Amino acid sequence: MFSVSNLHASVDDKKILKGIEIDVKPGEVHAIMGPNGSGKSTLANLVAGKDGYTLDEGSIIFNGQDISGLEPEERACLGIFLAFQYPVAISGVNNMVFLQAALNSVRQARGELPLDAMDAIAFIKDRMKLVEMKSDLLQRSLNAGFSGGEKKRNEILQMLVLEPKLAILDETDSGLDIDALKTVSDGVNHMRSPDRSFIIVTHYQRLLDHIKPDFVHVLKDGKIIKSGNYELALKLEKEGYGWLDQ
Amino acid sequence: MEELFEKKYQYGFTSDIESDSFLPGLNEDVIRAISARKNEPKFLLEWRLKAYRHWLTMKEPNWGKLNISPIDYNAISYYSAPKSQKDRPKSLDEVDPELLKTYERLGIPLHEQKMLAGVAMDAVFDSVSVATTFKEKLMDAGVIFLPFSEAVEKYPELVEQYLGTVIPYKDNFFAALNSAVFSDGSFVYVPKGVRCPMELSTYFRINALNTGQFERTLIIADEGSHVSYLEGCSAPMRDENQLHAAVVELVAHKDSEIKYSTVQNWYPGDENGVGGIYNFVTKRGICKGDRAKISWTQVETGSAITWKYPSVILKGDDSVGEFYSVAVVNNRQQADTGTKMIHLGKRTSSTIVSKGISTGHGQNTYRGLVRVSPLAEDARNHTECDSLLLTPHCGAHTFPYIESKHPTAQIEHEATTSNISEEELFYCRQRGLTEEQAINLIVNGFCKTVFKELPMEFAVEAQKLMEISLEGSVG
Repeated sequence: MFSVSNLHASVDDKKILKGIEIDVKPGEVHAIMGPNGSGKSTLANLVAGKDGYTLDEGSIIFNGQDISGLEPEERACLGIFLAFQYPVAISGVNNMVFLQAALNSVRQARGELPLDAMDAIAFIKDRMKLVEMKSDLLQRSLNAGFSGGEKKRNEILQMLVLEPKLAILDETDSGLDIDALKTVSDGVNHMRSPDRSFIIVTHYQRLLDHIKPDFVHVLKDGKIIKSGNYELALKLEKEGYGWLDQ
Repeated sequence: MEELFEKKYQYGFTSDIESDSFLPGLNEDVIRAISARKNEPKFLLEWRLKAYRHWLTMKEPNWGKLNISPIDYNAISYYSAPKSQKDRPKSLDEVDPELLKTYERLGIPLHEQKMLAGVAMDAVFDSVSVATTFKEKLMDAGVIFLPFSEAVEKYPELVEQYLGTVIPYKDNFFAALNSAVFSDGSFVYVPKGVRCPMELSTYFRINALNTGQFERTLIIADEGSHVSYLEGCSAPMRDENQLHAAVVELVAHKDSEIKYSTVQNWYPGDENGVGGIYNFVTKRGICKGDRAKISWTQVETGSAITWKYPSVILKGDDSVGEFYSVAVVNNRQQADTGTKMIHLGKRTSSTIVSKGISTGHGQNTYRGLVRVSPLAEDARNHTECDSLLLTPHCGAHTFPYIESKHPTAQIEHEATTSNISEEELFYCRQRGLTEEQAINLIVNGFCKTVFKELPMEFAVEAQKLMEISLEGSVG
């Protein structure tokens, strides 16, 4: 359902990704690990279509379609979701209003009728229970004054509400305590289904204890230098990345 | 040369009596003629003439941060009766399709679209009967709500008592001009202890739509009364008149409250700054008695140039003044707007919230004065002044003036300038919103504190209006 092949990309004329191959089938969970600066976040942003991330070579295929020329919102409406490492705060924009607007955009793209405020709030509140979010956060400005954990829960809430086909989690575990990590993982696990795939970008194996990946890839210097299963993540946790260079 | 002009003018004048408008030009005869047309009492004619004579001695103000092309005051026609039915478009087919598209997007019902576009209508028209029902309801409550000229005929003593007491004709160049030649407008009187049973809106007064460029409004809230007045219409009004110089005076007696809301959306000119309205308005209210309250809320999205400072004189002890403003400039629009809060009474307080949004090549200026007089013990002011810049070529300027003559005064001024970051846009777009939707969402969030001061229906329309005003502003 999602694949990149021979993917080369640069940011500000600096080559970051140098030939990446990934093939994600429906229902699979792929973890991408690797040291700082290896290009993990670049890959996530490139797939989501962020400005400034240039595809130099290769293709990004989603459900049989090359999406590399699409606008970010078009990709989102096809069902690609990026949980941000650093979610932005937008003061004045009500969290609930934002969620409803996003939900209705995506629903429209799926050929569904928009939900009115009452139905949307009921649906969103139901999803909030899964991430144990305090309901007053809905009436606050989007991520403004949220703690690190609250921001990440909000990201997962958005994912639960928008029900994407492919969710990319960019370092969602960073800055989370153990309890929050478990809640966030529960949210993700709740979403796992045979027709939904995940790419989990992380430094550490601890998130993968909660969300068991089908495949683990190690990204270094813009290339995938090793792929394997969950065992690979355990080995990395124990031995670090050094042994891969030999 | 002058003699020649006078002659030419007189010729024009006499020949014009047959038709609905005066020929362009301004002199005492024109003023006399306006006054005569309206059967005005002597005091009003005298007042107009005094204003005119004073106006002749005045110069156009040039302290605003505005680029104004010269106005030829003799090229303006100072009297124009409402267009006759036969001059109007016969149906919506004859109306500018762009305008209709905008009405559509604002969700304005068809019969209202016709009214706004000035389409000739049958005598039997929904809103006419609606208006009559409202008039009866107001009359039962004792509220006087009339076109200004009708009020002059029916209640000359009230008009004489209050006219020019808040904004004297000498106040400024445009106020003097308005005082000399004002055509029509609204008059409101709310008697003692009466809470006006509905929001008063010019909308219900169909005959107010063609009052032209020199509108005059006077609202008096007697002791303990309450009134909310909505001015303007959120639908775009294409008007050929270039100069609009209106005057609005508010008088709030003891324990009364006046809430005045404006949504201004006159024609802003095209993207190169050609055409558009000069909106030079003087608005001021006085809290005459103790515990009186005046609140101005404005959403300014239209006009090529906006020059207005709705102000409050806080004379009564414990009186309250408020100013909530959203001003949007796009393309080549310019706005120089703000307020004056003049604290005279003890424990008077004022709040100023100004939100300026600039895009295209628009220039937005906030100019505000907070003055605390030597008698105004324990006066308080809180000012919030925020600017949002959407493009690299637009501008936001802030000129706060603070004059405190009393040691107990508490004056706070907060100001921010921001833009919409790439990160914010990308975040929204990643969630499925288009760039335009994202901008609207963020801009609406920015304006929220002002929008919530508007009556409900107005707030919804103001929001839609903002979206239309900002269209194509980014990207």
